[in-house]
Amino acid sequence: MKKRIFSIALAGTMILSGLVGCSGKKSDALVIGGIGPLTGENAQYGEAVRNGAQLAVDEINAAGGVGTNGMKLELNFQDDEGDSEKAVNAYNTLKDNGMQLLMGTVTSKPCIAVSEYTYSDNMFMLTPSGSAIDCTKYDNAFRVCFTDPTQGKSSAQYIGVNDLATKVAVIYDSSSDYSAGIYDAFVAEAKNQGIEIVITQAFTKDSKTDFSVQIQKVKESGAELVFLPIYYNEAALILQQASSAGVTAKVFGCDGLDGIINQLAGDASLAEGVMLLTPFSVNSSDETTKKFVSAYKTAFSNELPNQFAADAYDAIYAIKAALEQAKVTDLEIDASELCDLLKIAMTKINIDGVTGEMAWTAAGERAKDPVPMKIVNGTYVAM
Amino acid sequence: MSFLNYLISGLSLGSIYALIALGYTMVYGIAKMLNFAHGDIIMVGGFTVFTAISSFQFSPAISIITGIIVCTVLGVVIEKVAYKPLRNASSLSVLITAIGVSYLLQNLALLIFGSSSQNFSSVVTMKPWQINKQLVISGETIVTIIVTTAIMIALTLFVNKSKPGKAMLAVSEDKGAAQLMGINVNKTISVTFAIGSALAAVAGILLCSLYPQINAYTGQMPGIKAFIAAVLGGIGSIPGAMIGGILLGIIENLSKAYISTQLADAISFAVLIIVLIIKPTGILGKKITEKV
Amino acid sequence: MRKLFLKSIKSSTRNKFSTYIMVIAFFSIAAILVEAGILGSLFKGLLVPMCYYIILAVSLNLTVGILGELSLGHAGFMCVGAYVGGVFSILTKDIITSALIRFPLALVVGGLAAGLFGILIGIPILRLKGDYLAIVTLAFGEIIKKLVQNIYIIKDVTGFHFSFATSIDTSTIDSESKQVILNGPMSISGIPKNANIVIGVILVLITLFVIMNLVDSRSGRAFMAIRDNRIVAEGIGINITKYKLIVFSFSAFFAGVAGSLFAHFSTVDPTKFDYNLSILILVFVVLGGIGNIRGSVIAAVILYALPELLRSFQNYRMLIYAIVLIVMMILNNNEKFLRFKERFTFKRLFAKKHAKEDA
Repeated sequence: MKKRIFSIALAGTMILSGLVGCSGKKSDALVIGGIGPLTGENAQYGEAVRNGAQLAVDEINAAGGVGTNGMKLELNFQDDEGDSEKAVNAYNTLKDNGMQLLMGTVTSKPCIAVSEYTYSDNMFMLTPSGSAIDCTKYDNAFRVCFTDPTQGKSSAQYIGVNDLATKVAVIYDSSSDYSAGIYDAFVAEAKNQGIEIVITQAFTKDSKTDFSVQIQKVKESGAELVFLPIYYNEAALILQQASSAGVTAKVFGCDGLDGIINQLAGDASLAEGVMLLTPFSVNSSDETTKKFVSAYKTAFSNELPNQFAADAYDAIYAIKAALEQAKVTDLEIDASELCDLLKIAMTKINIDGVTGEMAWTAAGERAKDPVPMKIVNGTYVAM
Repeated sequence: MSFLNYLISGLSLGSIYALIALGYTMVYGIAKMLNFAHGDIIMVGGFTVFTAISSFQFSPAISIITGIIVCTVLGVVIEKVAYKPLRNASSLSVLITAIGVSYLLQNLALLIFGSSSQNFSSVVTMKPWQINKQLVISGETIVTIIVTTAIMIALTLFVNKSKPGKAMLAVSEDKGAAQLMGINVNKTISVTFAIGSALAAVAGILLCSLYPQINAYTGQMPGIKAFIAAVLGGIGSIPGAMIGGILLGIIENLSKAYISTQLADAISFAVLIIVLIIKPTGILGKKITEKV
Repeated sequence: MRKLFLKSIKSSTRNKFSTYIMVIAFFSIAAILVEAGILGSLFKGLLVPMCYYIILAVSLNLTVGILGELSLGHAGFMCVGAYVGGVFSILTKDIITSALIRFPLALVVGGLAAGLFGILIGIPILRLKGDYLAIVTLAFGEIIKKLVQNIYIIKDVTGFHFSFATSIDTSTIDSESKQVILNGPMSISGIPKNANIVIGVILVLITLFVIMNLVDSRSGRAFMAIRDNRIVAEGIGINITKYKLIVFSFSAFFAGVAGSLFAHFSTVDPTKFDYNLSILILVFVVLGGIGNIRGSVIAAVILYALPELLRSFQNYRMLIYAIVLIVMMILNNNEKFLRFKERFTFKRLFAKKHAKEDA
């Protein structure tokens, strides 16, 4: 038994000693930390955010940096595996590596966990995609995306005001805070709008490939519209299985649905007529978006950017604008001092990003409400 | 009518579980190890076929064969490199190594193929079978059920009638005695892993055809479910794996339909526990007599 | 003189003391280095998690190593402890204002709840053995996770509102006094973050003290008799049911304490308590040496820190972690390597030195 302990200790010390030399590098740029899942089941979201943010950082540096003295930016992105505990570890690692402000985290629960720490450290944080209400509970936290309740409420309002349907079915992921958050707000607002929710079907993280039962139930319920507050991977499977089951109801979703056209690839026609609340659309004819999409494709082996990448790209540009607004020129600026400056600057900026016009309230939310889009002929059209 | 629909979709889900469980049960029966990496071999099979079709433009038939060969070789290599050195170690050591292999395969796939789900184009070209207006059975479902049944029968025949099959039975009964009878134990275990991995490849291809998406974690959950199916049916028993898999699929879908969509998994786990309390070695499991 | 004293006490006692001293020394040195600024925030943040992972590993080792039953549901007990302990703290935050009293109570309550679950789960599955037991514990762990992520509790002036599987209709609730306690899949908010390194280390020491003494007691010898040969153990009159339940409840109790500690440090998110977490703890136990309590402590510390320390490898981090796992497992079972290592253990080196001195 002694031997075994020794071997573990040996391996541990070897790794430790190998790593000591790596940390504590001095940077000649302002260090923006990033946190998100790069491994594990949510890796696709974290990777999109990292790519989008890296692209924006590279563009800004190539275009002469930030502000009058051309301050350069550096992105240090750490993996949190989508886990709150690991996210805090990632946050601490970033602090050790000289992070001055945080762009993250990507998923909501880790974001809430990390915000407790950023608040006590007075570290500025801008989450691209942490959509739970509590993510921006503190005044040092801002977000690019819309909150879950906002999306749920706006969806119900849009459906109600435009008389899209009176009988609505919902399929949501009951193990996801994002999906459940939107669902709860949707149900609450549906009542006010006179929408009848004829059936609610859930699924969980552990069984998200076979939706035949849920679809059958929706079909029998006679719903005119299916509300899908979920991500595009599962939504693509639902659309495929619904089409073979002969379901003809309209489909309405939130920003998680963006990316569905590409996920459906072979049967992209299934996405026809799908309505979604998204501030970003990859097929938009808007100049900024077009530039972003083509730059993203070139940089990341032809992959198309999704909502997460767009949010992150905008987050970095928002940080740039806020830095310029606050007239930050000192590279060595202390994180807490920077936070105090940026908190005020964020509410004053107004820039045009790939997710639309961006301005923030002091509560850390986007000033504008999300707008619905419709997929027509494989592109998004504003409704 | 809707009941029939639920039953059929449960059958199709269950036959996938059964196919994966067959591989699990084979390896467990001979090597007495819980091969946690089995689910990830499924993923490798899926990705191989995906690459063969999308990058090399192979025909579906050749792609399937490539997938099976790659997985078979991979299975044998994993056994040689990671499990064979632990032949005499405790079963827990082997379990942890298998988990290590599982992490390794997942992270390799993540590095090679990236994190976003890829679109898998179904290799099944069969038309759906329209029984009546409400009842449609997709081609994938029919193929899966047929393939699973055929494999189960072939495996049973192979194990009971052929020489290497009988060698497997002997090794699973008593390794030491089998060796004394002149059976090459190492070779028999290698053959078992080869067959188990080939089955995983087939399962992977059918799984991805039925639910046309693939990423590095595709095999994880079906792997666990199939493991449960194998135990439900009596781990080590080939017909047991088939029964356990199909039962699990049907229970899962019926509890989704009639009890709760949120708790479907919890219900199938509860059924497993109840079955094991009544029959401690699963539905078709052998009764273990303990000797001092 | 000192030597004589050390030699005069029982070897098991010596072994226990050296484990306590090792734990205290490690954490005090780490705390000093963190305070001195030599080790950064990352390390500081790892210390409390290390404590609850040590408790988890040590308590699982009791089931797996000492009793010899494979359990894959340890995360489930941790989950019960985290939820019960966390909710207890939320509810009593206004009644018991002193964290010094409330937090230990929350730890005990979390532990007791988990211990109760341990017994409840233990009774029906006593008949099962080996891998069948493993799968049933895995199933129980997953069921617990599924159940907790469907519980909704809101408190307002009119009392408590419970709901299962569907969220509570907020229109009937007084919004002024509304306090959301559990909200399905959402993480629990409002648990006071009372955990710190001192409490963590104290809990580790208590756990080690209780479990090591339990193993060393009459019951402990019964556990090992059951592990080594159940039938003989039964034959000499050991009550297997009783001892198995003792192990299950102790193991679950400490997992619950660890869960409650976790709840007062990190974020309680139901999806965390899945079988992957149970497997992670099992990895600590197996790599530390099955049945070796001190090994579990060391393995938990090193293996928890390992992925964090590998961060500079970026994308290859988890790949390297997987390879390290496999290689360590193979080397630990390789005779040649063990013999090679034997020559370089500290004991041998010291022994040689002493031999020379004597001569």
